[in-house]
Amino acid sequence: MGALELKGITKRFGATEVIKGVDLRVEDGEFCVFVGPSGCGKSTLLRIIAGLEDASAGDILLDGVRVNDVAPARRELAMVFQSYALYPHLTVRDNMGLALKQAGIGKAEIRAATDKAAQMLALEPLMDRRPAELSGGQRQRVAIGRAIVRTPKLFLFDEPLSNLDAALRVATRIEIARLHRDLGATMIYVTHDQVEAMTLADRIVVLRAGKVEQTGRPMDLYNDPDNLFVAGFIGSPQMNFLNAPALSAPGATLGVRPEHLQVSRSAGAIEGQVSHVEKLGGETLAYVKSALHGLLTLRLFGEHDFIMGETLYLSPEPQRQFHFDAEGLRLRIV
Amino acid sequence: MAHARSHLGRSIAAHAALIAYTVIALFPVFVIVINSFKSRKAIFADPLALPGPGTFDLVGYQTVMKQGDFLLYFQNSMIVTCASLFCVLLFGAMAAFALSEYRFRGNLLMGLYLALGIMIPIRLGTVAILEIMVASGLVNTLTALILVYTAQGLPLSVFILSEFMKSVSDDLKNAGRIDGLSEYAIFFRLVLPLVRPAMATVAVFTMIPIWNDLWFPLILAPAEETKTVTLGAQVFIGQFVTNWNAVLAALSLAILPVLVLYLVFSRQLIRGITAGAVK
Repeated sequence: MGALELKGITKRFGATEVIKGVDLRVEDGEFCVFVGPSGCGKSTLLRIIAGLEDASAGDILLDGVRVNDVAPARRELAMVFQSYALYPHLTVRDNMGLALKQAGIGKAEIRAATDKAAQMLALEPLMDRRPAELSGGQRQRVAIGRAIVRTPKLFLFDEPLSNLDAALRVATRIEIARLHRDLGATMIYVTHDQVEAMTLADRIVVLRAGKVEQTGRPMDLYNDPDNLFVAGFIGSPQMNFLNAPALSAPGATLGVRPEHLQVSRSAGAIEGQVSHVEKLGGETLAYVKSALHGLLTLRLFGEHDFIMGETLYLSPEPQRQFHFDAEGLRLRIV
Repeated sequence: MAHARSHLGRSIAAHAALIAYTVIALFPVFVIVINSFKSRKAIFADPLALPGPGTFDLVGYQTVMKQGDFLLYFQNSMIVTCASLFCVLLFGAMAAFALSEYRFRGNLLMGLYLALGIMIPIRLGTVAILEIMVASGLVNTLTALILVYTAQGLPLSVFILSEFMKSVSDDLKNAGRIDGLSEYAIFFRLVLPLVRPAMATVAVFTMIPIWNDLWFPLILAPAEETKTVTLGAQVFIGQFVTNWNAVLAALSLAILPVLVLYLVFSRQLIRGITAGAVK
C-alpha cells in the first residue's frame, strides 16, 4: 500500500526543461525527502506525483499501477501545502472532512475520522473555529490533519514548515516524524532545508537543476557523497573545499567538513588567520582566512576563545577527507 | 506637537476636499429631490428653496402614480438590471476564471479580445444591434435589453475579475483538486467567495449605467409594456409642455431601488473573508 515509482519523468514548460528524466522508487512506508536549492524542480516533481501537473514524458506508478491520467483526487494521496491552503469559509472540522464528504462517505464516519485525526494532533478544542482564528502553527496542524483524515496511500508535503518560526518548526518536525512512525504511511517531503531532510528522512533525494544528484540514507549522503554538490549541500555548516594540489592531495578539490579539521596554534597543513568567531554555547564556529584556500569554517565542540587575526594551523583528519576531480565528481581512493 | 498639528491639518484638508466633492456630486440629486416635493409655481419661483408650508405639494407623485404604469416601469427596470447584473457577474467571473487559471493556446489573445469592449463603446453598434434584434424578433422585449447590457458589462467584468482571480492562492485551488472538488466546485465554492469584494465592485460599476440608460430602452424596447423607469419618465417631457413635477417625482423614485442595491453591494465591498486563508 503506497509504493511509488517514477520512470523517466520529464517536464517541459515551453522550451525549458524543468525536470530532466527522473527515475525513482519510493518503497511502501518510506519517508522520502526531496531536497535541493530553490528552482531545482523538487516542487514541480511533487506536483507531478500529485497529478496537479502533467509529466511531459515518463510514467508515474502507484502500487504498480500507472496513474498518469488519473485525477488527483483519485490517486489516493493527500498533500500538505506550504501556505496551508485551508478553506477560509469552513470550520476546522469541515476543512478536515471535505475530502470524505466529496467521496460520498456518511456523516457519522466522517465525524469519527475527523475526531481521530484531531486527537492525534491535539486539535479537539479548535474544531469549530475558522482558519482565520488560528495561529500559524495551528493552521499547519489542521492542514496535516486534513491529510491524515483521508488515510491516503501517499502523503505529500510541500515545504510545510517554511512559514513557521524556528521553535514551531522544530516542534512540528517532531510531530511529523511521530506521525510517520504511528501511521507507517509512505511520505514524500519537499524542502530546501537540509536539516529537515537529515532529521526526517529514511532516504534523501538530492535534486539539482531537474536531475537527481544522489539518493541515499542521510548518513550515507553525509559520509559518502557522490559529488561536490551533494557534499556541499548536506551538512551544516557547509563542507570546506580546499585547493587539493596545494596540499599535494589527489584530484582538484579536497573536501573536509568543519568538524573534521584539527586546529593547532603551532603547526599544521594550512595556515590562516581568524576572521570571525561564532559562539553557540555547545559549539564554537571559527572562520579562518587562508591565502591558498579562501575562507574556511572550523567547528569545535564546547567554548573556545580565539583572538581576531590570530594565526591558526588547521589539519584535515586523514580518514575524513573527500577528493573530487575537476568536474566535481568524487574520486573514491582506497 | 508640531507633528500632531500637521497631522490634524492634513486630515482637515482631506476631509474638506472630500466634502466639497460630495456636495458637488450630490447637488443635482438634492435639487431634484427637493423640487419633486414642490408645486410647479414654487419650482420656477425659487428652484433652490426647500419645500415649505406654502410650497409643499405632492402633485408630482400623484401624477406619476395615476398616469402611466409606473409600477410596471419599475418592475421592468428591476428585471433588466438584476438579470443583466446576474449574467455579467456569472459569465464575467467564469471567463475570468478560465483566463486566469488555465494555460491554453490563445489565452492572451482571448483576454485582449474580451477587454476590447472596454475601449469601444457599444452604442457605435446600435444600428447593427437593432437589425439583429429585429431579425431575431426580440424588439420590444426585456430579453433584448438584458442581452445588450450583458454584452456591455462583460468586458470590464472579465478584466477586473481576472486580475483578482490571479491573486487567489494556487495552493488553495490545488488542495480542492486533491480533495476531489470538481473545477466547478472550485470556482463556485473556493474562488467566488474569495473575490466577493471584486464582484461587488463590478456589480456597482455595471448596475448604475444599466439602470440609468435611456438609449437602448428607447431604441430596442419603447413599447408600453417594456418601458423602463428612465424611459417612462420621458412621458412627462413634451415638445411644448413638460410636467416638471412628474418628471422630478419619477426621477426621485428611480433613485431609490438603485440606492438599495448599492448599499447591499457596498457592504460586500468592505467585508473580506480572505483573512486566514493562506499564511
